[in-house]
Amino acid sequence: MRSASKGKSSMKLTALAAALAGFLTSLVGPVHADVTHVAVAANFTEPAKEIAALFKQKTGHEAVLIFGASGAFYTQITHGAPFEVFLSADAERPKMAVDNGYAVADTLFTYAIGRLVLWSRVVDVTNGEAALKAGNFQKLSIANPVAAPYGTAAVETMKSLGVYDALKPKIVQGNSIAQAFQFVDTRNAELGFVALAQLHGVSEGTRWEVPLKLHSPIFQDAVLLKTGANSEASKAFLAFLKGPEARAIIAKFGYVLELS
Amino acid sequence: MLGMPDEIWVPIRLTIELATISTLSLLVVATPLAWWLARSKAWFKEAAAAIVSLPMVLPPTVLGFYLLIALGPDGPGGLIASLWGGRTLAFTFTGLVIGSILSSMPFVVQPIRNAFAAVGDRPLEVASTLRASPTRAFWTVALPLASPGLLTGAVLGFAHTVGEFGVILMIGGNIPGRTRVMSTAIFDFVETMRWREANLLAGGMVAFAFAVILAMILLEKRFTRVGA
Repeated sequence: MRSASKGKSSMKLTALAAALAGFLTSLVGPVHADVTHVAVAANFTEPAKEIAALFKQKTGHEAVLIFGASGAFYTQITHGAPFEVFLSADAERPKMAVDNGYAVADTLFTYAIGRLVLWSRVVDVTNGEAALKAGNFQKLSIANPVAAPYGTAAVETMKSLGVYDALKPKIVQGNSIAQAFQFVDTRNAELGFVALAQLHGVSEGTRWEVPLKLHSPIFQDAVLLKTGANSEASKAFLAFLKGPEARAIIAKFGYVLELS
Repeated sequence: MLGMPDEIWVPIRLTIELATISTLSLLVVATPLAWWLARSKAWFKEAAAAIVSLPMVLPPTVLGFYLLIALGPDGPGGLIASLWGGRTLAFTFTGLVIGSILSSMPFVVQPIRNAFAAVGDRPLEVASTLRASPTRAFWTVALPLASPGLLTGAVLGFAHTVGEFGVILMIGGNIPGRTRVMSTAIFDFVETMRWREANLLAGGMVAFAFAVILAMILLEKRFTRVGA
């Protein structure tokens, strides 16, 4: 009886020692596999998942992905959000993060150039320009143009075509490009501007790829945040994102890699 | 008003409109429902009460998700909208009213039901011996006696609608002057780093919530004193 309880307590002690050792190693720094938290612009959701899976397979590091609107992420980052890497849907916010001391300057690079698409499950938008000019619909869904770069590009496109003022009363805004997509997908809005990557593997409806000349290019920049300056996994993730395997995935989802 | 820009003032006005219309509709729907729940002896009564109370427990996203489908072209909302040539009730003020009614329902039904239950059988029996018809007894006896409960329900319903956020974010589409209410406008201002505007609206909300809760406490005190 006595020896049994003694055995139990020594077992507890061993477990405690192991836990302590684990804690200390984590303080010293990761030796092997590590975790990085990546804030990913909503339009890049699907490619980011594929890239993270391949990244884990190749390096053993785990990339935890958090999806949302770039504007919301920037606000969160300036308020101490626990992200180490920021994949924005624009170039402006990563640069702001660098300028205001939240990110590491020399890690900034363009990982993709976004493509905007007009998509509908109700009306025929194969000729998007004509469909927008005809205006035979009640609701047009876009991402919030102030918080989401694809929303800004959508507004620019309508302005280039000279239809913005006419269509303005029909616009409904999703909080991110994901919600803009969802409004069209549920057919609550007849059509909407979404990211080409969101339509990867989607066969429903008709689509019109917005010519690049109609809006300023959607440079999507990545940056290492100060919180991840000493994180191996975070640096490795950014390096992997620049590599050929990740770029193949990015191209597959319809992003442009370089402006010709 | 007071030199406030439209983007501040319009969401405030819209919120008050939404809360007023929702509260009035809620009183019309919730009062008979609460009466039935308080008086009925049907076996499925408590099941019905549970259904009414669901929005109290469910996250607003659940309601928002189902509403987005139900209000859309494939759901009953699309059918109703087609009466005036629309396709969907999402992104409309009507849609927001429907969402608010559903999500605020338990906060209105509960106090009214309790008030009707507290009236009990006795006053109604007395009214009936005085040859009052059941309808007349309801209007002249039960309803006045339950009025503190109705007032509590109305205040709670109004306040809850003002505080509604998740459902509106999911079905509103953020249209200025139509579906962009205070709570979603605050969210928008915060996302776009416009702290000053966010502060104005959020501070107003805090003051409003304080006033509502204080009023509730004072009302309750007054009524219990009168009752005692």
